[in-house]
Amino acid sequence: MKIAVCVKHVPEAASRRIDPSTKRLDRSGEGALNAFDANALEEALRLKDASGEGEVVAVSMGPQKASDTLRKALAMGADRAVLVSDESAAGSDLVATSYALGKALAREEPDLVLLGQQASDSDGAVLWAAIAERLRRPMISQVAELTASDGKVRGKRQTEFGYDVIEAPLPAVVAVSDAINEPRYPSLKGIMGAKKKPQETLSLDDLGVESERAGEAGSKTEVLGLTDPPARGDSRRIEDDGNAAEQIAEFLAEKRLI
Amino acid sequence: MSILVFLEHHGNELQKGSLSVLSKAASLGAGDVYGVVAGSGVRELASGAGKYGASKVFVADDPALEAPLPQPRVDVIATLVREQSIDTVLLAQSVLAADVAAGLSARLDAGLNWELVDIEEQDGKLVGTRPALADSVYVQVGWKGEPCIGIFRSGTFDPKETGGEAEVVDTPVQLEDFSTAATMIEQAHEEQQGPSIEDADVIVAGGRGLGGPENFTLVEELAKALGGAVAATRAVVDAGWYPYATQVGQTGKTVSPKLYVACGISGAIQHKVGMQSSSVIVAINKDPNAPIFEYSDLGVVGDVHEVVPKLTELVKQRKRSAS
Ligand SMILES: Cc1cc2nc3c(=O)[nH]c(=O)nc-3n(C[C@H](O)[C@H](O)[C@H](O)COP(=O)(O)OP(=O)(O)OC[C@H]3O[C@@H](n4cnc5c(N)ncnc54)[C@H](O)[C@@H]3O)c2cc1C
Ligand SMILES: Nc1ncnc2c1ncn2[C@@H]1O[C@H](COP(=O)(O)O)[C@@H](O)[C@H]1O
Repeated sequence: MKIAVCVKHVPEAASRRIDPSTKRLDRSGEGALNAFDANALEEALRLKDASGEGEVVAVSMGPQKASDTLRKALAMGADRAVLVSDESAAGSDLVATSYALGKALAREEPDLVLLGQQASDSDGAVLWAAIAERLRRPMISQVAELTASDGKVRGKRQTEFGYDVIEAPLPAVVAVSDAINEPRYPSLKGIMGAKKKPQETLSLDDLGVESERAGEAGSKTEVLGLTDPPARGDSRRIEDDGNAAEQIAEFLAEKRLI
Repeated sequence: MSILVFLEHHGNELQKGSLSVLSKAASLGAGDVYGVVAGSGVRELASGAGKYGASKVFVADDPALEAPLPQPRVDVIATLVREQSIDTVLLAQSVLAADVAAGLSARLDAGLNWELVDIEEQDGKLVGTRPALADSVYVQVGWKGEPCIGIFRSGTFDPKETGGEAEVVDTPVQLEDFSTAATMIEQAHEEQQGPSIEDADVIVAGGRGLGGPENFTLVEELAKALGGAVAATRAVVDAGWYPYATQVGQTGKTVSPKLYVACGISGAIQHKVGMQSSSVIVAINKDPNAPIFEYSDLGVVGDVHEVVPKLTELVKQRKRSAS
């Protein structure tokens, strides 16, 4: 089975900010593999191991630096990596991202496309449905348990009402929940080996994506302004230096909660 | 403007979230407001939407729409948008609605803004408000071109009954092959019962930071000392550490106790929507950048294994000396 895993390079939590001048997320600082995508990758590696054959391709769209994230994916065990990177793709919203990433995925002709639960910088938790639509494939989202056999995948997932079990024939698109597995850490051998694995970078041209369908030009949403969130009451922050419990107890007593 | 609201139903009821969005759409006074109900044997449900401001409700009634799967609903709504010249589609956040909205966005190349907590009309155009980056900033968002698609954050509005009748109109159901390929094998099965947390004055909640199901005893003991109930995140419920009935958040319960103590919980947005109206929120997390600290009254950067047992002991001591 050939599995393509969508992995996103996201800015580190500590430095996440929207640049007031471009009104876009500032992607200039340090970044890392979106933690939720490690679950998708882990699941792909498990499916491959279980079947004893196949290929796992990590696919990302983002700035050139996203190659760090792809190297991490390769170190974890992906066989190959594809990065869609292009100046004209910056600022892509869901419509533009799903179009370009969809082209890159279609080119791979995978049996299964796996995505993570959400990108921690956008909290969208939506891309898979747009990708499934672009690829015209069945989809299962929020999957907490996944099995594959006889050309089908079966996923168990939680909704507002309890648990569903959904089945889809391959080729299909599946988005996994963060509870599906415990992602492995790359081994030293994995990290060393990652450098030798094939990693390719594609421009929009390579994918046949017209520039007016990418980036801000191809996006159908826009940011008009930024404001401060409504103020919350006093908020206190303490670091535990051994007596945090005392301080919490004091606080609760002050609030007449104990 | 003509706004179409996706009316999600479960069993024989239109969902409160959908009706809230419908009320909000009607309150904009920005043109026609319609609803759409898609399912099997759902015609009866449709007229109920009139009270919340829909002048017309389109009904897609077909056995193929029985299971609450998103892709056939994309087909139904895409056809409606084209044939009825709908320029705006609004939905209330849910597992189903998010997938419907994103599928529709790609199908129609239509902009999707999510996590909306407000929307208004400015010079004939819609402008939404969306909290971002763990709600540390509010973003005013717009749409370029039509249709505009928006998903509202759970629990943002309440439904308002304004009276009124809706005309119920059948709409044809034509489905794409790939849309019906996924099938529901087993539907909305509620796993394991557990204690009710909705009425508790004090809730101590545990997340994946506890490290394993066995460590839930830490949370249980603190809850016992405080006279409260135990809650959990989806991550630990899905992993089988704790029962579904104790889950707080978008796909779990909504709670508003006097005190909510979050232990080893990152504070993802889907968790926040279930507990943000708690009067006092205390969070213990070892990561100083955890989003939960953005909305805690007291944030403690520390290890739950250290802090929680000590706190339990202190609470017990105080209770003893008070009695
Ligand atoms: C459609 C949808 C619906 C969802 N519905 C819900 C819902 O209803 N409820 C819900 O909760 N989630 C829901 N989620 C999932 C949500 O996005 C998060 O994935 C989930 O809440 C994370 O749970 P967690 O905080 O337990 O785990 P994590 O995000 O893994 O957080 C664990 C935290 O523990 C901290 N930690 C680790 N070790 C320690 C230690 N020793 N001491 C102190 N802190 C420690 C870590 O720093 C981390 O912040 C939903 C997601 C989606 C996409
Ligand atoms: N730029 C991207 N490149 C590759 N995968 C992505 C990208 N953005 C999002 N994804 C994938 O889509 C999932 C959901 O993202 P989102 O809908 O943006 O929250 C993530 O967990 C990733 O698997």
